[in-house]
Amino acid sequence: MRIAARGLRLVILAAFAVFFAVPVLWLILAPTKADGALVTSSPLSFGSFHQIALAWDHLDAFSDHIYRAWIGNSLLYALSATAIVLATAIPAGYGLALGKFPGRRVVLTLTLVVMIMPAAALVLPIFLELNSLHLIGSVLSVILPFSFFPFGVYLAYIYYATAVPRDLLDAARVDGAGEWLTFRHIALPLAKPIIALVFFFSFVADWNNFFLPFAVLADSSQYPIQVGLSDLLSSTPSFNPAQGGGGQQVNIFRPELALATLIAVIPVAIVFLLSQRALVRGMLGGAVKQ
Amino acid sequence: MSLPALTSRQAEAAHPRGLRAARMRARRVPRGLPFIVPYLPFLIAFGIAPMLYALDLAFTNANGGVTGFRNFTRTFTDYRFVPAFNHILLYTGVWLGTLIVFVVGLALLLHGRANRTSSAFRFLFYMPGALAGAASVLVWLFMLDPAVSPGSFLLRHVLGAQLFVQSIAPGNLPFVFAMIAFWTGAGGWIVVMYGALNTIPHELEEAARIDGAGPFTIALRLKLPLIRKWVAYMAILSFATGTQLFIEPQLVNEASLGMVPDTWSSNQLAYQLAFRYGDFNGAAAIAADLLVIGLLAAVLIVTRTGLFGRED
Repeated sequence: MRIAARGLRLVILAAFAVFFAVPVLWLILAPTKADGALVTSSPLSFGSFHQIALAWDHLDAFSDHIYRAWIGNSLLYALSATAIVLATAIPAGYGLALGKFPGRRVVLTLTLVVMIMPAAALVLPIFLELNSLHLIGSVLSVILPFSFFPFGVYLAYIYYATAVPRDLLDAARVDGAGEWLTFRHIALPLAKPIIALVFFFSFVADWNNFFLPFAVLADSSQYPIQVGLSDLLSSTPSFNPAQGGGGQQVNIFRPELALATLIAVIPVAIVFLLSQRALVRGMLGGAVKQ
Repeated sequence: MSLPALTSRQAEAAHPRGLRAARMRARRVPRGLPFIVPYLPFLIAFGIAPMLYALDLAFTNANGGVTGFRNFTRTFTDYRFVPAFNHILLYTGVWLGTLIVFVVGLALLLHGRANRTSSAFRFLFYMPGALAGAASVLVWLFMLDPAVSPGSFLLRHVLGAQLFVQSIAPGNLPFVFAMIAFWTGAGGWIVVMYGALNTIPHELEEAARIDGAGPFTIALRLKLPLIRKWVAYMAILSFATGTQLFIEPQLVNEASLGMVPDTWSSNQLAYQLAFRYGDFNGAAAIAADLLVIGLLAAVLIVTRTGLFGRED
């Protein structure tokens, strides 16, 4: 009975592992094969490294190296927005945790509510707002909304409210350090783990965001990689037989599309590898005492 | 603390340093306020103002005249409105059901015996989360194409799909999108639930075991109730996120030769109203519908689950 239960448990876990892992495995192997081989050979077989180079040449040649531009745009948008997030969210969390000023609770509650609301719910309202300000089509219409990241404020707030001893900061103040010096020399160095966490979450959220840049950018040379992928998808005959002629010209088939997807997720995959622990801490940090 | 009997001059004479310091403090800005000043413009410009502006648009017409609920009734009677809401509700229902059952089930299974296999499994489940957004949809477009999919026998024999277009037949779509969302998101939630399970004191489990409870009873009667609020949090958050569906149907629309309409979900309909018809007031009305769902869910989580402390 016990052995049967243990066996059943393993079977269930293994079945789900297949469901979660096989698509990733397929994606990694797909660029090693030519489009025809993807259909004829076994789905999880390895082709050759030469095919990867070939697929990259096709991808890179697409629309005058636009794929590189998309990756560059994503890096630009995600990194500059995340820099602004760090500069605004860490002090804000500190101020909310240790400050006493009128409106503190209102700011905190608004931050929480916007943080929990799905980001997509705000995309059309932000679009409508930027549209009325004639900012549509500008790079700033992506970077500035990305720079508002209430989750980062919440993480910093929870950290300063629970993990940093108030006495330590008070001691610095008694010693004559002003508010700014206390923050700069005591509170900020203490927040290193939280800075890393906010960087991870903000970067991943920006890198993966599709809807906002899709709505506010008009020119494909400004697209981040997520929107670029959809552009690529609509120009391949693999899913769009109507694109047949165009597909032949642009040489974008399934292996190229798979390679494009794979490269697009590398930065986030690296962050994910590093941050599984951080995720738990970030999600549980505020509410559950370890 | 206060010194009512003394005039300020006398007080200063008695405690010169103390009072001056107190006065200095009173003149200074409230403690902590300068630190949130750089953040406030972002909170206002991209958190509060868009909501207010969308509401303003939703209750006015193109000329700025107040129209009451006319934009709401007008969009509601649009022939695409009800189907779009039906789509996202069915999708959200399927997704929520699978998410709750399998995330909680798998987390409990993994927590049954904490060891190295458990962490390897958690990692495998979690990894697809790196492929969010357009990437996950692309991967599943491949997975649903019987010509190249490693699961082609399932597509052919279970789903009865010989061709890609049959896999993404309209009736399948809510289930397909639910599967994609589950594939990318479930692992992260499993990690979170597992973390929540780890906060249950060992003594509690030990006591139950001594009382003769088997692993199954412990999982359902002891552990599950203790992570209840996390399950509620996941459910409410996922419900709100589910109703916002946009990217999945958008990409499938591009890959389906228009067989799947570009107004499949409510957010897509709002987007099309704004972009194709320039009907910003109608788009704002639908955005406001979705905003209310998101806001309600957020307020519910903040005020009811007690997961997010606002006191220090």
